[in-house]
Amino acid sequence: MRKLLARTVGLALALGAAAATAQTPKDTVVMAKQIDDIISLDPAEAFEFSGSEAVANLYDRLIGHDVKDVSKLYGELAESWRVAEDGKTYTFKIRPNVKFHSGNPVTAEDAAWSLQRVVILNKSPGYIISQFGFTKDNVAQRIRAVDPSTLVIETEKALAPTFLYYCLCAVVGSIVDAKLVKEHVKGDDLGNEWLKTNSAGSGAFKLRAWKANESYSLDANPSWFRGAPKSKRVVVRHVVEPATQRLLLEKGDVDYARNMSKDQLVVLANNRDLAIDRGNKGTLYYVGLNQKNPSLAKPEVREALKWLVDYDAIEKNIVAGRYVQHQAFLPRGFLGALEEKPYRFDVAKAKALLAKAGLPDGFSLTMDVENASPFIDVAQAIQANWARAGVKLTLVPGDGKQVLTKYRARNHDTVIYRWGPDYQDPHTNAEPFAMNEDNGENAKSKTLAWRNAWADPDMTRRAAAAVLERDAKKREAAYRDLQRDHQRVSPFVIMFQEIEVAARRKNVDGFIIGPNFGTNFYYAIAKN
Amino acid sequence: MLGPLTRPWWAARVGPSAAFLVATLRVVSIVALTFVGLLLVTFLIGRVVPVDPVLAAVGDRAPAEVYERVRVELGLHLPLHEQFRIYLTKVLHGDFGRSVLTANPVLADIRRVFPATLELATLGTLVGVFLGIPAGVVAATRQGRWIDHVVRVIGLLGYSVPVFWLGLMGLLLFYAHLGWAAGPGRLDVAFEDLVTPVTGVILLDSALQGEWSVFRNAFAHIVLPAAVLGSFSLAYISRMTRSFMLEQLGQEYVTTARVKGLSEQAVIWRHAMGNVLVPLITVVALSYANLLEGSVLTETVFAWPGLGMYITNSLLSADMNAVLGGTVVVGTVFIGLNLLSDLLYRAADPRAR
Repeated sequence: MRKLLARTVGLALALGAAAATAQTPKDTVVMAKQIDDIISLDPAEAFEFSGSEAVANLYDRLIGHDVKDVSKLYGELAESWRVAEDGKTYTFKIRPNVKFHSGNPVTAEDAAWSLQRVVILNKSPGYIISQFGFTKDNVAQRIRAVDPSTLVIETEKALAPTFLYYCLCAVVGSIVDAKLVKEHVKGDDLGNEWLKTNSAGSGAFKLRAWKANESYSLDANPSWFRGAPKSKRVVVRHVVEPATQRLLLEKGDVDYARNMSKDQLVVLANNRDLAIDRGNKGTLYYVGLNQKNPSLAKPEVREALKWLVDYDAIEKNIVAGRYVQHQAFLPRGFLGALEEKPYRFDVAKAKALLAKAGLPDGFSLTMDVENASPFIDVAQAIQANWARAGVKLTLVPGDGKQVLTKYRARNHDTVIYRWGPDYQDPHTNAEPFAMNEDNGENAKSKTLAWRNAWADPDMTRRAAAAVLERDAKKREAAYRDLQRDHQRVSPFVIMFQEIEVAARRKNVDGFIIGPNFGTNFYYAIAKN
Repeated sequence: MLGPLTRPWWAARVGPSAAFLVATLRVVSIVALTFVGLLLVTFLIGRVVPVDPVLAAVGDRAPAEVYERVRVELGLHLPLHEQFRIYLTKVLHGDFGRSVLTANPVLADIRRVFPATLELATLGTLVGVFLGIPAGVVAATRQGRWIDHVVRVIGLLGYSVPVFWLGLMGLLLFYAHLGWAAGPGRLDVAFEDLVTPVTGVILLDSALQGEWSVFRNAFAHIVLPAAVLGSFSLAYISRMTRSFMLEQLGQEYVTTARVKGLSEQAVIWRHAMGNVLVPLITVVALSYANLLEGSVLTETVFAWPGLGMYITNSLLSADMNAVLGGTVVVGTVFIGLNLLSDLLYRAADPRAR
């Protein structure tokens, strides 16, 4: 027995020691990241952060925008494009001699079919395309290939052309290999089932495998029309625990760790083998004030609560390096982004406003908060801030989906939550934050304004008008004005904009962090 | 225990073969009832949880009509009893439905994640058995001496130290500093996809296919999580072994054996151990079952794509098909291990026959 025991232990140690620390292979880039949000890799369906990122590296779209300066558009699969005088007819010339991974040529028919299936399938991101007036019944007529290299899109109304262009830049505008996908159609699913776990694109990479909650791996497409990617393979492994991610990175078992907390970043910054990449993300963190609560429905109270957040201290002590202050609904990186920050921590001002609202001694509220960092920490700071003016806040922590369910049912007093833009046009935030056409329980469009039971006809009208403005300069100005008024009257205490952080080994570089998850690109990542 | 395996009073009257048939039927009906109850309770919990399952399927941004369509597709507009009836009918036809989160049939998902857990739990239990039983015996035979205290402290640690802390510390020491063990995950990236999954248990698959480099890598990866997981079962098994052994050592037959002049080793291992083993079977089976379904924290720290993480993820998103499927597996394992330990019990203990 003893001998057996000794032998077993000895064997275990020997095996363990022999196979310790292997570095990642030379031409393979390995990332550790939380990827359990992926539910599909079909471009017509993928709408989650990780799924969008994967799809962005598998497919090309008609047009793209510069990741540093979104006002610069460039052609991906479209070589050129123009809009007719009527403001409704768009013509795209498809780039010649580009091939899908299968070897099939990219044609206007592929482009038309890709966008048609988005409208017909009508999955979560489908509205980004169908909001231009496309339905199941008219889409074949309104999005069509007139010849193999010419695509025509006819929108219902004359809208700001940039609105359509930015929507086509979204992941949902990816062009799929129609011929290949049609081989895998089951019933009327337009290949959705197959595309969930396979790729049929022309992008920098092709999908090797996606194992849900485990990993996805991409193989380079050496004949990509913009030049072969610099690494042969990218493997993204699902690692939930940031502390585990950090260990893997420090040991060199992964090249990138994608979910680092503020504290870990401080430690990693001192490690000479590592570097940290940062990029502005469009995600906003805000507190929503439900107007069903009579106290919160008073304009003075809404404004008072905006003066009652110690933005500086929260930024410095809780979210440094991960979030920056931002107080308007269009984050940096958007057309019309407003950088003005009128609010700072001013207890006296807040008290005066509360007194004016007839609440000189404050009042009590609850705040729903996701039980995860940094929400819970920021909420605790706000709790302390609000108490200074007598606003007694009770925090109600819950799992993310639980908080969301309650928020969507408008059963909260206040909620601390986030909003990420769906596409790179200002309307993606103007609509949810400013528009509410029907405040009834069964409203068709349940925007963020609706969720907080806030309907301001003037705001709704102006946001709707801005999307029709065809002059880009005037459009930008309209959004700026809208945001200035919104900052004052809305029930949203907008506080922070997210910065995406990727910690990496120094011998690896080139990961592109764009303003949204559909513009996080792997093709330039190279190892020395 | 389930009970039906003990010989009922009517067995003598109906004759051996009929008695066997009836007993089998009884087992089957009890197992079936247990399953239906299990499904019903899990199903109800899933509907009571204040999470909207449609959100898991369509995400937060979906327009109202997409949301409504999916709600109908998932059958959530139907009354609760109707939903359960439909679900039960499908399950009886072997259709556990699809997971919303992974887009796969639940059975396919479980076939993928269960072997990972099985591999980990089996190794963890082996650690518990091969270290825990000797430790318990040693502690019992040297009661009150330093070794007994050491075993007790180890047991206390195994019980009381949170598994995620132990896991992270283990990683820090044995992986990051000493480099003795490989890091989180089941394999290094370089070794992935080299072995065709047959059983899904990488150690077994790689050994069967003669891929010894993969086997070594997989072993280096599993040592640490298995040890962490095993520490809990080690604590439990060693404490139980110690008390069983102490009980036996106080019995008259042990005194008799000693008086006969047998060596202490023979008394302990040949005489007392036989009687200790019987209750230990249950202890080991239960701790094995615990490890199979209760390793979610270990799986999280070690990025181990197993059943615990799968069920937890699904539960948090109200992905009920996946939760129910996972529950059935865990239930099967529990019932299976219970039956198995009953059988072993009968084999080991003549009185139970």
